[in-house]
Amino acid sequence: MTIIAKKPASLTDLPMHYCPGCGHGIVHRLMGETFDELKIADRVIGVAPVGCAVFADSYFACDMVQGAHGRGPAIATGIKRSKPEAIVFSYQGDGDLASIGMAEIVHAAVRSENITVIFINNAIYGMTGGQMAPTTLVGQVATTAPKGRDPKLQGWPINMCEMLAQITGAKYLERVAVDSPQHVMQAKKAIKKAFENQVNGVGFSMVEVLSQCPTNWYASVPQALEFVRTKMMPQYPLGVFKDEGGK
Amino acid sequence: MTEKTLRKGNEALAEGAIRAGARFFAGYPITPQNEVPEYMSAYMAEAGGAFVQAESEVAAINMVYGAASTGTRSMTSSSSPGISLKQEGITYLASADLPCLIVNVMRGGPGLGSISGSQGDYFQATRGGGNGDYHVIVLAPNSVEELGNFPKLGFELAEKYRMPCMILADGILGQMMESMSFHFDPIDPNKLGKFDWAVDIHKNGRKKNNVFSYKGDNLIADVVERAKRYGYIEKTEARWEEREAENCDVLLVAYGLSSRACLEAVNKAKEEGLKVGLFRPITLWPFPSKRLAELAAKAKAVLSVEQSLGQLVQDIKLAVNGKTPVYLNAYPAGGQPDGHSILTAVHSILNGGREGLFDLQEHAGDFAYECKRDTSLGMQGDLKGGK
Amino acid sequence: MPRIEVDANKCKACYLCVNACPKKCLGKSDTISKKGYFPAEMKHPENCIGCAMCYMMCPDIAITVIKD
Repeated sequence: MTIIAKKPASLTDLPMHYCPGCGHGIVHRLMGETFDELKIADRVIGVAPVGCAVFADSYFACDMVQGAHGRGPAIATGIKRSKPEAIVFSYQGDGDLASIGMAEIVHAAVRSENITVIFINNAIYGMTGGQMAPTTLVGQVATTAPKGRDPKLQGWPINMCEMLAQITGAKYLERVAVDSPQHVMQAKKAIKKAFENQVNGVGFSMVEVLSQCPTNWYASVPQALEFVRTKMMPQYPLGVFKDEGGK
Repeated sequence: MTEKTLRKGNEALAEGAIRAGARFFAGYPITPQNEVPEYMSAYMAEAGGAFVQAESEVAAINMVYGAASTGTRSMTSSSSPGISLKQEGITYLASADLPCLIVNVMRGGPGLGSISGSQGDYFQATRGGGNGDYHVIVLAPNSVEELGNFPKLGFELAEKYRMPCMILADGILGQMMESMSFHFDPIDPNKLGKFDWAVDIHKNGRKKNNVFSYKGDNLIADVVERAKRYGYIEKTEARWEEREAENCDVLLVAYGLSSRACLEAVNKAKEEGLKVGLFRPITLWPFPSKRLAELAAKAKAVLSVEQSLGQLVQDIKLAVNGKTPVYLNAYPAGGQPDGHSILTAVHSILNGGREGLFDLQEHAGDFAYECKRDTSLGMQGDLKGGK
Repeated sequence: MPRIEVDANKCKACYLCVNACPKKCLGKSDTISKKGYFPAEMKHPENCIGCAMCYMMCPDIAITVIKD
């Protein structure tokens, strides 16, 4: 009997609290597999955000720190500078990273902190119940944009990879999705690379993951996947925005 | 103990912190504490630690949160408006039971305020400052020597009780130069043991460590459990200094720099044949209430001398509990006390005068206030505005 | 022969695995789980090729892929 695929050892056995069909669990698994494959599990220290992934600290088998909303990159900076041998990641959602934590993410990139940021973009505030996020699409309905996001009132969605690509200190930026097995495989490659970069001392690496939120999009799981493909991807094209890993 | 040297307050503090084993500092420029991050940027790396100039005070305190999670002796410094910004991180540090050192070199407020030394952040420091039921230990130095030596005490208390410790200084103390010496040999933090709760690299297969703010099961139990620690600290860790405080008629109560002006008043009073004493709380939380109550019971009156508008006086009143009259001699928003002005207030107490004594109701007098809108200037909905 | 095991206590019945299976092996169970879901289950084990696409899409890491 051979095991072809099973839960990575770098994750705990605890059942996850995420809603059915949510992308967080997929990304957690990809990260767990990465820790196993790179054999770094005993030196990973993660920072869990405020938002849906607030309990992520109980799902990763590594040491974890739970931080304040948006401050993940600052907390990760404190950990990494104190323990340079540790592999430090900050796991953040779109409200966390692109709204309240904008200064922290930008300046972690400016300083090229040698950390890995996993950024889950689902275009909505999930934990608080579906409010408009900085990444909410034009026309997308949210509980604080009941008529849909109107650029005249709420501006346009923000593209973090494109924005951070302007910063010299940002060394690796890639946007991926988890809507299909093919995209999940690409996401795995990107996440693995973002951690390999840290092992190799490359500097600031971030992977943005387009993720589905069936609950707060009021969508069935197949509809949510369709939304990722037909609505999110045109606004947030997948791809590598910066890769200076070898330089 | 080192030989005496002339040092600026902020630099003595920074050097004292490095000697005390601080190996992580994050800060953001704000007057009048800039010498602290400047000193750290020059000497922290040399000591084997890390200095980060953060993008904001909010980021700085959260970097401290991260560094403290690893068990590293970590600190930040700022001044009043910056400390307000740090409150988010401070309440998180308290909730996650993380030790660290926070320095507030106070300036006049509220808001932007001034850059003069002040004591306007007493409430903020002693009541927790951020959201929720928590405390930070607050140390109030009154000399450059204490500024240099308190970081060691601060780290030790913070680590003993797993909570943030704040050094509450002020702009004048931070900026002035005095002869001082360090009372301890430099500490090598690598020779201190590791904490069993810290996140770290772990090759020996120990179980995972989580630094939680919200533990996710029983918040009430956590907060009540933490309060036991607070009660124990109140019982055992209160620190204070007394001068002529037994058998005086008027007992001055002051901390930090204003206590130095009080000493001048105590000496002048002696020359005049008046019995004036001084009680100086060194820990503002825990407040040395028990000893103050004992001393106040023997005095005719207690006078709070503070560079704030009725903050310290409230803790004094809580301690004295109505048994002795408590008066207020206030120098808010960057005002500075001197021996003469304090003595004026003492004379007022003894002779039934009012000069130098502050009472909010009395101050308001027959002041009346009315909010007025002027319709002759146009209406709120009027696009053109004006006449 | 490849096969899969679905942990019914972890499955939240999003059926991402059902949609991902290229051989349409998976379906919805008729038995309600402790969590209150009708978990995914193997309907056509004979068609399973062990590609692990179901595992790849499962957000609850409820699937183990095994080759006997």
